[in-house]
Amino acid sequence: MRNASSTRLFLFAGLLLAVALVLFVSPFANPNPDGFNRVAIDEGFAETETDHGLNESPLADYAVSGVDHEGLSKGLSGVIGVLATLALGLALFAFARKRRESDPAHARGEEA
Amino acid sequence: MHIPDGFINAGTSAGAAVIAAGGVAVAVKKTSNYMEDMQVPLAGLTAAFVFAVQMLNFPVAAGTSGHLLGGALAAILVGPWAGALCVAVVLIVQAFFADGGITAIGLNILDMGFVTALGGYALFAGLRKVLPKERSSVVIASGIAAGVSVVLSALAFFLHFAIGGNVALPLGSVFAAMVGVHALIGVGEGVITAATIGLVLSVRPDLVYGARDLATPLELKPQVRTAGGLS
Repeated sequence: MRNASSTRLFLFAGLLLAVALVLFVSPFANPNPDGFNRVAIDEGFAETETDHGLNESPLADYAVSGVDHEGLSKGLSGVIGVLATLALGLALFAFARKRRESDPAHARGEEA
Repeated sequence: MHIPDGFINAGTSAGAAVIAAGGVAVAVKKTSNYMEDMQVPLAGLTAAFVFAVQMLNFPVAAGTSGHLLGGALAAILVGPWAGALCVAVVLIVQAFFADGGITAIGLNILDMGFVTALGGYALFAGLRKVLPKERSSVVIASGIAAGVSVVLSALAFFLHFAIGGNVALPLGSVFAAMVGVHALIGVGEGVITAATIGLVLSVRPDLVYGARDLATPLELKPQVRTAGGLS
């Protein structure tokens, strides 16, 4: 078993990579519709799309409202998304982890 | 691959939301059975990484791009049920980016989360059984499984569309178009997944759920102690 500091370093490097990807690579991502939207356009069901309830969100369409520079706006929205996903993910998995301790069946070693 | 609001009718979307909610509850229970303290931050990081890579659209054909779905990748890193939860978390956050419909969240969690994570992992596990028991097999199996998982996801959408599409279209044509373009995107998915799994295996193989059987971390320690002159 590797030590805990090696694991912390790995996690930190992983997070740094995710942040670097959205900040420096995502502004250069291919802007064309993805395969799914391409099929919707070509096959003729794209127009059935209705307005998204969060169209007015300050992060809508991967841009931070108020940041005019297109690439920077996208990159920053990505950083916010990465951190928000990390926070929500940590909360959910910590909940799942805790759930077992409070589960008496599991404490007795039974398969839940 | 994110289904927006309006493509699929309300009844089918609501049904998918109920199934997805049940699936998430089952996934939390399954995850709680094996998740250790150390794996909590790793699973959170996996979700964050999937969010990041989903923003990196790559070209697949003229005027068309594709992006990672990440369910198979997450499943191989942290286990199939936790992997599906990773994608579900990503989709919930993406709603605030107006990506993927709000009424379609259940459809998307099923197609992009459960189908790719559970389907992709099942395929990965099957390939591992027939391939030699070594690291390179894990990389190859992850690439193939991830690639095919994209086509499975496209098939799942087609099923929703056939049941509850809001416009009647020749289904054969939609089917061929969906499978065709997602086979191409699957190549990208496979390459990114294999590269990521290969990278993690090279630095911390013990953290890869799908390669637990290869972990032999205790073998070297006694030799190191002897060489250190303790005896």
